[in-house]
Order: sequence, then structure tokens, then C-alpha cells
Amino acid sequence: MDTSMHSDPIALAPEIALLISAVLGLLVGAWTPRRRQWIVHALAALACVAGLAATVVSATRPDETVFGTYVLDTATHATRAIVLLAVLALIALCRDTVAGHKRETEFVVLLQLGALGAIALAGAGDLIMLFAAFLLASVPLYALAGWAKQGSATEAALKYYLAGALLGVTTAAGVTVLFGVAGATGYGRVAEGISRGPAAAAAVGLIAVLAGLAFKAGAVPAHFWVPDVSDGTPPPVAAALTTVPKIGALVALHRLLGTAIPPDVVDWRLLVAVLATASMTLGNLAAFAQSSVLRLLGYSTVSQVGYLLMAVAVAGQAPLARPALLLYLAAYALTNIAAFAVVASTDQRTLDAYRGLFRRDPLLALALAVALLGLVGTPPTGVFVGKLEVFTAAVDGGLAWLVVVAAVNTVASLFYYLRWIAPCFHPAGSADSDRPADEGAPRTANRWARGVALTSAALSLLLGLASGVVLTAVGAAG
Amino acid sequence: MLSLIVFLPALVAAALSVLPARLGPSVFTGAWTATGLVQLALVGAVWADLPATGYGAVERREWIPSAGISYHLGVDGLSLPLLALTVVLFTATALYSWRQSDRPKDFVLLFLLLQTVSGGLFVSLDLILFFLFFDLSIVFMYFVIAGWGTGAPAREAALTFFLYTFLGSLALLVGFILLALAADTPTFDIPTLAARNPLAGGGTYAALTLLAIGVGLGVKTPVFPLHTWLPPAHTEAPAAGSAILAGILLKMGTYGFVRIAMPLLPASWRQFALAFVIVGVLSVIWGALVALAQEDLKRMIAYTSVNHMGYVLLGLGAAGMVSADSEHARELATTGAVYQMVSHGLITAALFLLAGALHDRGHSYAISAYGGLATRIPRFAALFAVAAFASLGLPGFSGFIAEFQIFAGALDAVPLSTVIAVTGVLLTAALFLRATSRMLTGRFRVPDTPGTPRPFPDLRAPELLAIGPLLLLATLLGLLPRLVLDVIEPAARTLNDLVAR
Repeated sequence: MDTSMHSDPIALAPEIALLISAVLGLLVGAWTPRRRQWIVHALAALACVAGLAATVVSATRPDETVFGTYVLDTATHATRAIVLLAVLALIALCRDTVAGHKRETEFVVLLQLGALGAIALAGAGDLIMLFAAFLLASVPLYALAGWAKQGSATEAALKYYLAGALLGVTTAAGVTVLFGVAGATGYGRVAEGISRGPAAAAAVGLIAVLAGLAFKAGAVPAHFWVPDVSDGTPPPVAAALTTVPKIGALVALHRLLGTAIPPDVVDWRLLVAVLATASMTLGNLAAFAQSSVLRLLGYSTVSQVGYLLMAVAVAGQAPLARPALLLYLAAYALTNIAAFAVVASTDQRTLDAYRGLFRRDPLLALALAVALLGLVGTPPTGVFVGKLEVFTAAVDGGLAWLVVVAAVNTVASLFYYLRWIAPCFHPAGSADSDRPADEGAPRTANRWARGVALTSAALSLLLGLASGVVLTAVGAAG
Repeated sequence: MLSLIVFLPALVAAALSVLPARLGPSVFTGAWTATGLVQLALVGAVWADLPATGYGAVERREWIPSAGISYHLGVDGLSLPLLALTVVLFTATALYSWRQSDRPKDFVLLFLLLQTVSGGLFVSLDLILFFLFFDLSIVFMYFVIAGWGTGAPAREAALTFFLYTFLGSLALLVGFILLALAADTPTFDIPTLAARNPLAGGGTYAALTLLAIGVGLGVKTPVFPLHTWLPPAHTEAPAAGSAILAGILLKMGTYGFVRIAMPLLPASWRQFALAFVIVGVLSVIWGALVALAQEDLKRMIAYTSVNHMGYVLLGLGAAGMVSADSEHARELATTGAVYQMVSHGLITAALFLLAGALHDRGHSYAISAYGGLATRIPRFAALFAVAAFASLGLPGFSGFIAEFQIFAGALDAVPLSTVIAVTGVLLTAALFLRATSRMLTGRFRVPDTPGTPRPFPDLRAPELLAIGPLLLLATLLGLLPRLVLDVIEPAARTLNDLVAR
């Protein structure tokens, strides 16, 4: 065993802050009248801010492994920052939907627990820890999917749960097989063990674990829950489920493949590249025909995972892979939340309803355009720089063909994003949707969501312009 | 200085965006025109200070240092004429749009942003910065075509334009990444890459890089067979949009060849020079032939753009045919190609604005619908005739200087291609003479569709002020070519030295 094991709980301050505020929130929420439940929101926001501060402090310390299973390095710090920021945005985003709702506290608490799981996934440096984090990132989110208790939400939650349960079992089996092959669970020892053990068994174990992480990331072939969840649940829930677990799962995948599975024993690079191709292509193809914006966004998140997986496919091969992944994740989280926030703010689920949005609310329409063009990868948004870095890393890692596939897919994705953007700016069609009832209504009713939409769209632009600073920060130890 | 020139329109746009839209068009177009005039003065100052060799007015700041990306601006003899062209054309468009009645505020804001990205592209000395402006020009032009075009077909044309050119821009991005990774330490800096010449050895990697960049720029230029987005986009775009699209955005493609493809991939450029010559000649002939068959005035002008951009590629391809005693010829070809970019910008923008003025009056672009215009609207007829003659390359206009230099420079290296390309001039002459005689002479005839206003007035002051100076400049550059040649020639020599090494 690792004799120099470091077990300082202070090192886990951000995680502990989330946990304490989740537990406290549950208790406080249970004893607080419904109209004063905002206290729970405030508490959660406070915990996020405290967690962010703790992250900044701990990021200045050298990389270390605590409790023998949890790695504290740039990737973990960056994931903490991205997830906590995303949770902060989501807490603000959900205000319009959940304020005064009878399960208001539950929403916040489940979100925090899911976020904790996502962070733990990213930090896991041990197979057992990975599986525990997988469960922590899954179970609260099953409940969150069913939070609204509408018919469609229940169906979505059930689908999400069944897929998760099945792939959770596969993950557990995979972890067991890998343990059997390697004779250890810590990533460093797993890598040594796999080099000596039977490669075929290791491959089977890896594929089983990959399936579980693909489910969390919403990647093909475990993406079937994504459109149902994003369309069936209220937009804040959908935003949370398509953003938070993805961050953890992709960083976990990058860490697992980059440090525990030597590519010369099991050639996972091609496997991940194929998964990336399938995700971006199927996500795009399915998004073409959608008339519901939430379903469209759901499929768009599937295709986005495809681009993100490109960085995973060259993990350990290209020095740029990790900073590229982290930057893209940050940009994706902001941009995706911005897009869902626009939907939450207008409360309109069909493409037609966005006709003439620019006339009714120019700022919101611009935020939507920035978010969607950002998802395409138009400069100078954050996703553009993320994509640029990911493409560069992939070419550098010898996967130039994957870059061509991604480029073609990007053009294809433009088509459906434009189907949404273009009507917003049409003056002609606004005549019928220009009724006084619509005028201004979304602005006053959902001003929290509108604020989040504008802020995160602006931040996604800023991230692109300031990406030099961010890349230096996340690439420092790379 | 360059930052100020580039971002001045964006700053004005930000200031205008807080004003209420009901102020009326003249406030917005007035501010737009003033912006253009200020920019013009600033460009004049830069022109006066241009160093004989190397880049002038250089600005460089760190942007994404870990990826080798910086905010790097500078001008030389290749980019300064195009920067000046950008400012001139946008100012002319601003004057032309003086009476813009359809959502003038949004229209002006969009064009101001387009002005910023167009200027920015020509002064970028970093590949990613170049790409940023390249991509944003597509986004803004999409909104111009989709928003101010003619209804549903315009949206379709805009979508085609966006998808096509966006595909091109991604090919370009892939090429840029390949280029940057070829250097020992990845960098996107154009002068650094030119100096280091990482792909001096040629080979498959370099060839693929050139293919990606060539396709990316070729779509935008556009060259045969990547040009199919152009005619619908031009037909459906508003006149001001067409003028900028043809005058400036097409130059982004050809400028990319002289700024990026040739100096950064010299070995591959020499290797595949003949391919570019052939593509150029095909564009010349195809553009001219298809233009000849058009009944729609705007489509006809659009196809002549394909034809004229073909000459540019012919010249640049010939410049890659390096041999011992070819130095002078190659310099002629390169200089002519750059001259042609400026000349075509001025003349085609004038033609599109004239077509727009005609459409405002007759609500139709059909050539057959008009006749005898010279008798009723002589100012229009005179300007149209001048623009047509300038476009077909009559001596005394800038187009002649450009095409003569290209042919003279290319004849020695690629005699057969040059001879074929010269027939393109004959075809263009035929089609412009035909259109001119059908529309301007004979019995007076205008479209008789409902909604056509009874009076058919001649060009008004704003239109004259917009189109007149463009044609004056085209004439001036035809009579006194040294004004611009003195700037282009040293840069063309430097470029040829980079290609020949």
C-alpha cells in the first residue's frame, strides 16, 4: 500500500462544503415555511462560493493523492471550478421554476449531491472510488429527473433510471473484471497489472466501464435517455442533467484511459474515436428533424460529447489534450446553460414560438444567437477556442481523420442551429405572435432565467476572448 | 492605429445600438458615412507611413500564448490596398443606403460590424485572428441576406451561402491547424511561419495542408466548381449586401492565397501551381459562358465575378511556375493579381449598386424587361455603360491594367492557359455589350408589374455620390496605375521571393 498516504480532510474542502450545505439545506428546508425556502438557495450559493474559494486555494498546492484514491491535480481543480460555477448558474436559473414549489428544497439538495458526484468522478484515481462516484452522480439525478412529477417527467425519470441501473451494473462488472486482471484498484497499479495480465479480459472490463461513463456523459451508445430527459423535464432540470454529470464523466474517462489503461495493451484510442464519431454524427442527424427546441438541444448535447471525446481519444498522446478538454468543458457548460436558460426564460418549447423573438426581446435573441453559434463553434466564443484546441490536440495525436469528421459534422450542425436562430430575426412572422399577451410577459415572469441566459452567453464570449489566461491556468501542470 | 481603424465601426455600432430605432434612417446612415470618412483619413495616414519593406503599423499582444496565438496586426503592400478598398466600398455603401427604409438601425449596425470584420481580416497577421474575421464575415453576411433579402428564397439562399462558406472556413481551420503543428513549437503567427517555412520539404502532409486551405479559400473566392452558392446569394441579397459580398468578401479568398497559401506553403504551391492555373482558367471560361446565358442582371454580374476571380488565380498560379529567368514575369503576374482584386472590388460594387438602383425603380432584375433607358434616365445609363466597359477590361480602366499584367506575366509560363483565358475577355466583352445595348438603347421599356411606381426617376444624389466615386477611382487607377502599383510591387517581389525559396 501507499505508505505516504495523505489524508488531510482540508484538501477536500470544496467537496465537504457541497456535502454540508446539501445536508443542512435538507434540514433547514424541512423546517422552513414554503415562502422562505429561498434560504436554502442562498445557503447552496454560499457553499458554491466557499467551494470556489477553497478550490482556488488548493489549486496553488502541488498535485497530490489524498486517501490513496482521490487525485488532486489541475483536472480535479478545474472540474471543481466548472461544476461549482455551473451549479451556481443552475441555482439562479431554477428560481423562476421552483420558487414556492412544494419540492423546492429537494431540487437544490439533489442538484448539489449530483454535483458532488460529478466532482468525485473527476477526482477518482481508483476503480472502487470511480464506481462510488458513479453512483453518487447518478442516484440524486434520477430523483431530480422526476422532480416535476409531470407525466413526461416521470417517463423521463424512469427511462433515465432504467438505463442508469443497467449500465451501473455493467460498470460494476467492468470494475470487477479490471480488478481481477490487474489485481489492484489504484490507477497506477492497474496500469502495471494490465500490462502483465490477459489483454482480452482487460478489454472486456474496460468496455463495460466505458459504457457506464458514456451513460453519464450522454454519449452514443448510451444516449437514449438524453432527448427524453431534456424534453420531458422542466428546462432547469434538463440543463442540470445535460451539463453537470457530463463534466465529471469526461474528466473521469480522460483520467482512467490516460493513466490506468496503457494503449499498447488495449487499443482504446480507436474505440473512443469511433464513439466520438458516432456521438457527433448520430446526435446531429437526430437533431435535424426536431421541432421541439428542448429535444433539439438534447441531441445537440450528444453531438457536443462527440467533440469532447476527441480530446479523450488522444489522452496521454498529445500534451494539449487535457487543457483542451478542460477549456472545452468550461465553454460547453456555460454555453449549454445559456441555451437552456433562454428556453426557461421564454417558456416556449417549439421552434415556431421563437419567430420574431428579436422584436420582442432583442437582448434575449442575441443571447440565444451567441449561445447557438457558440455551440457551432463560431469565433470568438469559448467553444470555438475549445474546439480549436481539441482539433489541434487530435491532429497532434495522429487522429487527423477524426478532425475532418468533426469539421463536416460542425457544418451539418449549423443547419439545425440556424433553423432555430433564423426565425428569431424574421420580422415577417412576428405579426401573429406579436399579441399584447406575449409582449413582455416572459421578461417579467422569468427574469432569473433571463438573467442567467444573458450572463452566461456574455461569459461564454468572454471565455473565448480571455482563453489565453484560462488555458495557462489549466495547462500549467499539463 | 490599425486597431482603431478596425474597431472604429464596432465602437460606433455599440454607441448607435442604444439609440431608439425611431430616430429615422439618416441618423444611422449619417453616422455610418462619417465612420467611413474617418476611417478613410486614418487609412490615408497609414498609407503615407508604409515602410518600403516588411509590415507597417504593427501591433502585437499576447492572446492565447500557450497555443501560439497572438493578436497581431500589420499592413504591407498586399493588404493595404485591400484595406483601403474595404473602407471605400463601405463608405460608398453607406451613401447608397442613405434612404434605407427597412429597419435602418439594424441594417446599419450589421454593416458596421461587417465593416469591422472585413477590415480586420486584411490586417490580421495571425491565422486564428484571420479565421475569426473570416468566420464572422459569414455570420454577419448571412443575417444581411436572410434579413433584407426578398423573402423565402432569400432565406434559402442565405442558408446555402452560410453552409457552403462555413464548410470552406472549417476546411481552412483544419489547414491552419496542420500548418501550426508543422512548426517545431506550434504557432499561428503568419510572419513567424513564413520565416521558418516548416513545410519547405513539401510532401503529402504539405500537400494535404494546401488542399485544405485551397478548398477553404476556393469556396470563398469562389472558383469553379465551388462557386454554386454565389449566384443565388447575389440574386437574393439587397444591393448593398451584394456590393460588399462581391467587392470585399470574395477578396478574402484571393487575399488568403497571397497572404497564407503562397508564402507559408511555397514548396507545395510550386508543386501544384499548374492545378491552380487550370482551376483559374476553368473559372474564367465557365464564369463567362454562364454569365452570357443569364437573363437576370444580378446573376450575370455574379457570374462575371467568378470569371474575374479566375484571372487572379491564373496570375497567382503562374507566379508559382518558378524558372531561372522568370522573375520579372512572375512579379507582373502577382502584381496584376493583387491589382485585379482592387479593381474588381471597385467595378463590381458599382455594378451591383447600379443593379440595385434599377431594381428599386423597376422591381425586376430581368434584362429583357428594360430597354431604352438611355433616353429616360441618362445618368444611370452613363454610369452603367462606364461600369460595363470598365468590367470588360477596356484600356483606360483599372481592369485593363490588372488583366494585362496577369496575361503578360503568365504567358511565358503557361502559354496555352493564358491564350484560353484571353478568350474569357472576349466573352465578357460580348455579354456586357449585349446587356448594355439591350437595356440602354432602343425603345423605352420598363417592367409593367403591379406595384411599379409610375415615375421612373434617374439616379438621385446619394446614389450618384456612392457609385460615381467608385467609377472615378477605377478610371484613376486605369490612367495612373503607379499610385497603387508602387505600393503593391515591393510586396509582390517579397512574396515571389518567399514562393521561390
